[in-house]
Amino acid sequence: MGRKLLLEHINVPGIETLEVYRKMGGYSAAEKAIKTMQPDDITEEVKKSGLRGRGGAGFPAGMKWSFIDKKSEKPRYLVCNADESEPGTFKDRYLMEKIPHSLIEGMLVSSFALGAKTSYIYIRGEYFYVLRILEKAIEEAYAAGLLGKNIFGTDYSLDVHVQIGAGAYICGEETALLESLEGKRGNPRMKPPFPAISGLYASPTVVNNVETIAAVPHIINITGDEYAKIGVGRSTGTKLISASGHINKPGTYEIELGLTVEEFIYSDEYCGGIKGGRKIKAMIAGGSSVPILPAHLITKTANGEDRLMTYESLSDGGFVSGTMLGSGGFVIMDETACIVRHTWTLARFYHHESCGQCSPCREGTGWMEKVLHRIEHGHGSMKDIDLLVDIAKKIEGNTICPLGDASAWPIASAIRHFREEFEYHILHPEKVKDPKHFAHEPFVSSKLENV
Amino acid sequence: MAKVTIDGVEMEVPDGTTILNAARSVGGDIVPPAMCYYSKLEGSGGKCRTCLVKVSQGSTNDPRPMPKLVPSCRTTVMDGMVVENITSPEVLEARKGVVEFLLINHPLDCPICDQAGECDLQNLGYKHGAAATRYEEERRTYKKIDIGDKIKLHMDRCILCYRCTYVADQVADGDRCHGIINRGDHAEISTYIEKAIDSDFSGNMIDVCPVGALTDKTARFGSRVWFTKPMDAHRDCDNPKCSGKVVVWQKGEDILRVTGRKDAYHEVDEFICNTCRFEKKKASDWVIEGPRHINNKSVISANHYEHLKDIKEDVEKYQRQVASNINKA
Ligand SMILES: Cc1cc2nc3c(=O)[nH]c(=O)nc-3n(C[C@H](O)[C@H](O)[C@H](O)COP(=O)(O)O)c2cc1C
Ligand code: SF4
Ligand code: SF4
Ligand code: FES
Repeated sequence: MGRKLLLEHINVPGIETLEVYRKMGGYSAAEKAIKTMQPDDITEEVKKSGLRGRGGAGFPAGMKWSFIDKKSEKPRYLVCNADESEPGTFKDRYLMEKIPHSLIEGMLVSSFALGAKTSYIYIRGEYFYVLRILEKAIEEAYAAGLLGKNIFGTDYSLDVHVQIGAGAYICGEETALLESLEGKRGNPRMKPPFPAISGLYASPTVVNNVETIAAVPHIINITGDEYAKIGVGRSTGTKLISASGHINKPGTYEIELGLTVEEFIYSDEYCGGIKGGRKIKAMIAGGSSVPILPAHLITKTANGEDRLMTYESLSDGGFVSGTMLGSGGFVIMDETACIVRHTWTLARFYHHESCGQCSPCREGTGWMEKVLHRIEHGHGSMKDIDLLVDIAKKIEGNTICPLGDASAWPIASAIRHFREEFEYHILHPEKVKDPKHFAHEPFVSSKLENV
Repeated sequence: MAKVTIDGVEMEVPDGTTILNAARSVGGDIVPPAMCYYSKLEGSGGKCRTCLVKVSQGSTNDPRPMPKLVPSCRTTVMDGMVVENITSPEVLEARKGVVEFLLINHPLDCPICDQAGECDLQNLGYKHGAAATRYEEERRTYKKIDIGDKIKLHMDRCILCYRCTYVADQVADGDRCHGIINRGDHAEISTYIEKAIDSDFSGNMIDVCPVGALTDKTARFGSRVWFTKPMDAHRDCDNPKCSGKVVVWQKGEDILRVTGRKDAYHEVDEFICNTCRFEKKKASDWVIEGPRHINNKSVISANHYEHLKDIKEDVEKYQRQVASNINKA
């Protein structure tokens, strides 16, 4: 059994209430931090812990906090990114729904560390029922004096507001989120300036993911050094993984970073193996935006080492043979899945979600979707495959925000690793007429046969 | 002051200058094309990505190259920065991609578009685009919309540069009702439920629009621009915010169209009011100063423009190239 921090008490009945949460030790980290520590000491602990942002990019949280402009006269803000819209990712929802106070305690400790007196949780529009859960928890916290004026009898005061989005993926990008929070159209901003200098209402702001913020009280409880002992190298601590697809036990799991991918997929503690004992075809390790990997690169890296669930090991081999931990949206596809159909589905998503500000993403996402639609429906031609690779290349790196890259990577990697499947669709249009084509007649490329 | 090198040309500019404006201070081929930036509109730029350049040395203090191409209109120079524009194959490749993206859904209806001949997209396409399209899909289309009684919005042609929305916000005062609705490639310019924009300065949207998406209804289909004579003119305008300094586009003695005075980068010197633009169409309304010197290089508009010589040289160079290729073959 791996060590559990975030989900340790997930099965305790009533853990969503303040009473039970406190009985299990909740808010002791907040009390310790606010009563006995200096804000900078907390940042220091978070730095020592090695905690990296859990929203996708994996940027060290303590370092991000230390960038906040302390010389500014303006108020400072902490904004929690609960927009969670990356296909395949549903961990933040689980945490907020089951243990809402863990996020609120995290907000309290983190806001105190940053010197924020007002903080926001920006939650995606589709999580309306979670909004209700959070609002109830916040109400409880105010009633108990854990939010509001003079918390724990100190002169620290904090207000936390929850703001619901309207269901746009792009509002998860931190600067689009800030625009939306200010009541504007959710277009990402040009950077610099970064939010730490000029964020919400042009004031110094830190944006962190739900899981990042919820990890902070645990770091205070066990100390940064202790937290850093969990995991491997620069991948410290525990991480929530949302597992889905053709596995026996889909769900949200807390793992110690450094677990092998093999154990995560096949052990009964986690995914419990591939459904129906079928052959594995592909893995998306960290949400829809990261490169897809074929069977032979899942449990081993290209040079034969065990692939681990860490930022470094998953990205071993770069984009040629690696991927990314991303947000921890872990999707497994077996031999009955159609990679072309899957890639088209993702292309449709990015096309729909592009904000349309910059030309390569606005036009390129729609173009790629249309070409993939043709290939999947048996109307493609061979030159379409290289066309897709070229469009993806011309979007990547040339846009305002990473959504452009996120739309290009899944397509480029699918073609890199599953070109034969694309060719099959073009050469055998009659075989792919039925939308469930590979469900009846699994397709395994010649490369895969040897796995 | 900061010393910058762009395509091997050294220059010194005040701190805080953008790469694009540094290049413009020298002029010529080192200036990246800009489809969305407009120096007179705050917040503009960064969107179209035609002005992407490569920073091969960040500064004297931190000489590392920047990891990605950067939009020159929104990136400020550092002392010792080295920038590659047309000397970088990577930049040219990316720019070609951007031009292609801007064109895939464009109707290519230049033969019936009033902007033809003074269109930034046309010029960009000639200079950086490919001769044929790789786009086989259906192009998106919209209904034509009236923005007030003087402006026509032809959304099919729009490149979503956002300039007109900045004009609505910053130049034409009044309720904020002109903006962008929807997302991605289904985004469109809209005056909320086609509510007319009535402001004395709304007509400037037409001038800032780089393409033929916003056109002057009082001049639409009047004439191809290259058959009209651009003349500098002024009048004593009683609108205190309007200088009354314009360009009148004449055919014979008739004034077909009135616009602001545009510089080499197609930016107007000053914004003008709607009365000057839409209502003063008689030669007697104006004091005509003399022919306008247009120094924007444009292939279609060659007849009237000063760069005839350059263009001739370009064509000759191209002909020589073709000839030598044929000889080699
Ligand atoms: C298109 C796009 C969508 C994103 N969606 C989310 C999201 O839903 N949740 C999230 O935490 N971060 C999301 N991010 C990442 C955020 O921009 C930001 O990096 C993150 O919230 C920072 O928090 P962290 O450092 O704690 O990970 C998204 C980024 C992009 C480009
Ligand atoms: S990359 Fe896409 S989503 Fe991001 S700013 Fe540009 S158009 Fe908008
Ligand atoms: S209508 Fe013209 S000015 Fe307005 S966004 Fe479109 S192209 Fe730009
Ligand atoms: S002019 Fe710089 S991005 Fe458009």
